[in-house]
Amino acid sequence: MSFTGNAITCIRSDRVVFQRLSFSVKDGEILYLKGPNGCGKSSLLRIMAGLLRPTEGVLYWNEENISKSVDSFLGDFQYIGHQNAVKGALSVNENLKIWAEIYNLNKNNMSIDDALQAFKLDRLANLPARFLSAGQKRRLNLSRLSATDSRLWLLDEPSTSLDDAGSLCLKELINSHLERGNMVIMATHESSLVNGKTLNLADFVFNE
Amino acid sequence: MNAFSSLLKRDLRLAFRQGSDSVMVIVFFIVVVVLFPLSIGPEQKILARISAGVIWVAALLAAMLSMDRLFAADYEDGSLDLLVISPHPTEILVLAKVLAHWLTTGLPLIIVSPLLGVFLYLQADGFWVMIMSLLLGTPILSLIGAIGAALTLGARRSGVLISLLILPLFIPVLIFGVSAVDAALMGLPTRPQLLILGAFLLFATALSPWASAAALRQAVE
Repeated sequence: MSFTGNAITCIRSDRVVFQRLSFSVKDGEILYLKGPNGCGKSSLLRIMAGLLRPTEGVLYWNEENISKSVDSFLGDFQYIGHQNAVKGALSVNENLKIWAEIYNLNKNNMSIDDALQAFKLDRLANLPARFLSAGQKRRLNLSRLSATDSRLWLLDEPSTSLDDAGSLCLKELINSHLERGNMVIMATHESSLVNGKTLNLADFVFNE
Repeated sequence: MNAFSSLLKRDLRLAFRQGSDSVMVIVFFIVVVVLFPLSIGPEQKILARISAGVIWVAALLAAMLSMDRLFAADYEDGSLDLLVISPHPTEILVLAKVLAHWLTTGLPLIIVSPLLGVFLYLQADGFWVMIMSLLLGTPILSLIGAIGAALTLGARRSGVLISLLILPLFIPVLIFGVSAVDAALMGLPTRPQLLILGAFLLFATALSPWASAAALRQAVE
C-alpha cells in the first residue's frame, strides 16, 4: 500500500498556496506536514481527502490515479478536520455510531464502547454531546479513528484542545496504527509525537 | 442502503429531539391560513372558492421556511465533509436527508391540512383530492428545495435566497395541485392532474439528488 502525490499545485482565490509539491507515504509510515500559518497544510489535507480538487498534480493510491478510480480510495481513509462533526442533540454513543454505520466500520470487530474507551469517554456514553467540553468533543471525533480499520489517517491538528492525557491516548493510538502497518499524515505545530518523515510546506511556497 | 437508513434515522432523531423546526413549520402554516378568513371576511362562498389555493400556497411557504436548514447544520459542524467523502454515493445520502425533511415537515402539513380545509369551508368532495395532491406535491417541494439549499450553503441570508431561487420552480406544481382540487369540486376527473404531479415527483426524484450532490461537492471545497 502506498499513497503518493505528484507535483501538486494549489491555487485558492487567485493566490498560489503551494506549487509542485510531491509526497509519498508507505505502509507503517507517518508523514508530518509542517510550516507557518497559511502555508497550506489544511488545504493539502483537504486535497488528499478529495474535498478539494488540486489545481494541478495527481494523487495515487496503490499506484492508481485517485481521480480515475476514487471508489477504491473512499472508505480506506479517515479525515479529521478542524470541525468535530458532533451533534449536540445526540448522545456520545449515537454520535460515534452514526459515523461507524456510514463508514462501514467495525470490520475489525471493535465495538463502539471499546472505541470510546480508547479516549476515556466510555463513562459519558449516554450523555448528550452538547454537554461535552471542547476537548471532549475532540476526543469523540478522534474516537472515530479507533473504531475503524481504515488504512490511512489524515489528521489536521488532531491535538487541538486535547489535554496531556488526551495527547497521550492519541500518541498510543497512532503508534498501534503504524505498528499494524498503516499510514498517517498529520499536520501539526507541536514537536513530533512519533518519529517520522517531515514535509515542510514552506519549501513549496510560490516565490516570484 | 445501510448508510441510507442510518442517516435517515439520525435526521429523524435530531428533528424529534430538537423539535422546533417541525413545530415552527406547522404553526406557520396554520397562522398563514387563518389570516385569510380574518382579512377577507367570513363569507362562505368566497372562502370555499379560494380554500384549495390558500392551503397550497401556505404549504409551499411553510416548506420553504425550513428549507435552508436542510444542509446548513451539517455544513457548519463539519459533518457534511464526512458525508461527501464517505464510501457511499453522496446522491443516496442526499435522498436520505430529503426524505427525513419531508417526513418531519411535509407529512405534518398534510395531516393538518384537512382541519384547515374545514376552516375554509372546503367542500367534502375536495378533501381526498387535496390530500392526494399534497401527498404528491410536498415531496417535490423537499426535493427541489434541496437543490436550492445546497446551492446557497455558506451564503448570507440563504433562507431568502432559496425562496427566490426555488419558488418560481414550484409554479407548475402549484397549478396542477390546485386545479386537481378544483376539478374534484366541479365533479370533473382529477386523474390527469394527479398523474402529472406524479410525473413531476418522479422527475424531481431522479434529478434532485444528482444536482444537490454536485452543489454540495462545490460547497465543501
